This record gives sequence, C-alpha cells and structure tokens, in this order.
Amino acid sequence: MKAPSVLSVSQLNFYVKSLIEGDSNLKNLIISGEISNFTNHYRTGHFYFTLKDEKAAVRAVMFSSANQKLRFKPENGLKVIVRCRVSIYERDGNYQLYVDDMQPDGLGALNLAFEQLKKKLEAQGLFASEKKKAIPQYPNRIALVTSPTGAAVKDVLSVLERRFPLVQVLLCPVQVQGDNAAPQMIETLELLNKKAYADTIIIGRGGGSIEDLWAFNDEGLARAIAGSKIPVISAVGHETDFTIADFAADLRAPTPSAAAELAVPDRLEQTAYLVSLKTRLIKAGQKGLEARREKLKILELSPGFQSPVMALNVHRQNLDKFSTALSVLVNDSLNAKKNTLALAAGKLDSLSPLKVLTRGYSLVFKEGRPLTDAKELSKGDFLDLKFNRGGARCEVKEISE
Amino acid sequence: MENLTYEEAMKRLEKIVELLEEGSKPLEETLKMFEEGTKLVNFCNKSLNEAEQKIIQLSSLETEGSKDETVSS
Repeated sequence: MKAPSVLSVSQLNFYVKSLIEGDSNLKNLIISGEISNFTNHYRTGHFYFTLKDEKAAVRAVMFSSANQKLRFKPENGLKVIVRCRVSIYERDGNYQLYVDDMQPDGLGALNLAFEQLKKKLEAQGLFASEKKKAIPQYPNRIALVTSPTGAAVKDVLSVLERRFPLVQVLLCPVQVQGDNAAPQMIETLELLNKKAYADTIIIGRGGGSIEDLWAFNDEGLARAIAGSKIPVISAVGHETDFTIADFAADLRAPTPSAAAELAVPDRLEQTAYLVSLKTRLIKAGQKGLEARREKLKILELSPGFQSPVMALNVHRQNLDKFSTALSVLVNDSLNAKKNTLALAAGKLDSLSPLKVLTRGYSLVFKEGRPLTDAKELSKGDFLDLKFNRGGARCEVKEISE
Repeated sequence: MENLTYEEAMKRLEKIVELLEEGSKPLEETLKMFEEGTKLVNFCNKSLNEAEQKIIQLSSLETEGSKDETVSS
C-alpha cells in the first residue's frame, strides 16, 4: 500500500469537489426542508440560508440570477421544495446546495406571494377603511381602465347605457395580463389623476386563472390605486376572485358588470325619485300659499289696509307667476291636484297687501281687532303693532283727534 | 341651466325642496325657488330621457390636451 502523499487543503477541497460534481445523482436534486438563517445579500442579491428538517441541516445558496424569478419572498420558517445541485465551497470546505428553483411546500407560490403582499400592505395601512373614498352619487365621467378587446368593456358599456346614459365613458385601453400590464395600468391611473380626466375609475378585467389575473396583484398597482385621488372601483374576474387591487380599491365589485351597476344610479329609480321631489315641491308650494293666505286673511279684515293699493300690483304679479308655475307642474303630472291648487291660487290673487308692511306701514290692533279711529282710544289703553317682521305691545300716552 | 351637470342639478333641486318645505323664506324668494325647482325637475327628466351614451378615448383627450375636458370632482 502506497504511503499517503501530503496534500494542501486546497488540493483536498478541489479533489472532493470534483468527486461530488462527478456524481450525477447530485446534479439535479429535489429537496424539501425548512428555511432558517435566511439572508438576502444586500449588494449581490444572492440568498444564503440553511435548509433543515428535524434532525439535520445543510447550507444553501440561491444566486440572484435564479432568485429574481421568484414571486414570493423566502423567509425563515417557510417550508420549501428546492431544485438544486450539490457542490463544495472550496474556500471554506463546506458542502452546500446551489438552488435553481424554489416552491413553497403546500400553498402554491402565487398564493403565497399573494398572502405575503396582502399582509405587508395591510400592515402599512394601505387597505384601511378610513382611507376609502366615497363613490360619486351621480358621476359625470367614468374612466374605464381595461383591455380594449376583453369582454369587460362591452359588459360595462352596456350596463352604463341601460342604467345611466348621461355618464360619459372614458376608455383607457391597457394590457391586463403579461409583464406590461401592471406598468400600463399604473401609468394610466397616474395620468387620470394628474389631469383630473374623470370622477370615477373602474379598473378590471374578466375572469381567468390566477396567472391571468396576476397583474392585479402587483404592489405598484395596489399603491397607485390606494393613492388615487379619484375614487376607484375594482372589478377583477368573477365573484370569487380576490386580488390585491380589490383590497386597495375604494370599492370592490365582484365582476365588471357589477362595477358598472355600483358606479351609477339607475335611470328608472332616478325617474321615480324625481317624481317624488316634484310632488314635494308642489306640496311645499301649496303649503306656502295656504300659510300666506291665512296671514292675508287677517290683513283683509283691516279696512285701514285696503287703501295702499300701490303695492298690490307687484304682489299680484308674483302670485300670478306662482300660480302659473304651479299649474304647469300640476298639469304635467298631477291632474288630481289641479282643482284644489287653482282654487287656492285664485283666492290668493284677490288678496295681497302683505307687501306694504315691508314698506314701513304697520298694523294696529286693539284687543285683537284692527284699529282705524283714534276716537276708540282712551289714555292707558294697550295696542298691538304688527310690522313686516314681528310686533310690539304699546301703551297710549296721549290722544289727538 | 344647460351648463349644469346632472349632479349639480339634483343637489340644487334637493336643496330647494328642503328649503321650501321649511317654509321660512320670504314670498319673493319662495317664488323664485319654486320656479327654479320646476325647471330643475324638467332639466333632470330631460337629461335622463334624452341622454345618449358618450364614449371618449383617452388618447383623443391627450392629443387635444384641452383643459376644458377636465372634470371637477
């Protein structure tokens, strides 16, 4: 047996390395384990960590060229499955795993990425309910940020046209999947905000796989949505699809059609509401007439106030205008009320002189009756004065005839 | 009135109905409000019934670059 020759450490490590790398079993391995001691090298972006199970541990490195493709963020305690080869780091004499790809063990990578981003943005208060902006009740222009060729455009346009054709629709064509999708949507949101091009934004697309919807889980897009001064309604996929964009939006709609429903009032409901406003307007108008007729009745009793006729014409004109306006409305929709109203308006037309009080005249009452002659007075009597606004009680000091 | 948005018209109409129902304004103002309210009802009805969907392209706004196209929010 040959006596061993003396080797340097370097030679040893080189030799062992060549042995390991020559073993095809160690070239393409799939290993499951839990991540610990994870570091993301600040300068190179390489991941260094230990992969362990209950009994053993092994060092691992994942170079930035490989780890840039990961959608989730590896972290301590996370169970993963890695594809790797084994080799030796000659400088330290450590054997380690060189990881090409990594998947979360259990949950899919995209699901994990979704949960991680959701947790992060939630912690930063991006989804806080107090940050949500109210959607305008009667929008003037809705910006629709979606694919020009998708089903979402047609769905939204047809619902908006049926419910509230008054609203203008600003079409903002973007890609909704692929690498360009998120940047395009972010750019569009920023432009809409900068130029105040709309008062409501609907952003979304039709249904698809989690991969198809992935652009809506982009962190930058979530920030653009949350930061939008214009209220944003998200409308991604079908009922059950939730994306980060949905959490960041001011309002989440289950589908694009539903977003359109939420964005505008319904024409028929509006028409009914207008009828009710019209009825209230007429009622309030009638009530106003009645109240003034009562007031005028008192004045009418006073012979002293039938004389200043000058003011009557102006007042009569106003009453004419009022009754005309009322009858137009009544003819328009509420024929049943026409007679009562015409009657009230007719009566009022013959009355009038309330206006004179605004010109400085006052009414004088003694014991509730209008007073026209000083002879009815004795010293110490109490008189009630009525002005345009308010009144006064006075005592008679002196009488002149 | 033609320049009003539907929202502005509705808000004003609601305010007028409220004020008229309170009944605290002087006659002349009441008349004016009533008249305005009637016009607003007609305006809103007309807007609802006669509107046709208007679709604009973002690119066309951008090439116009007009400030008139902005919408106050």
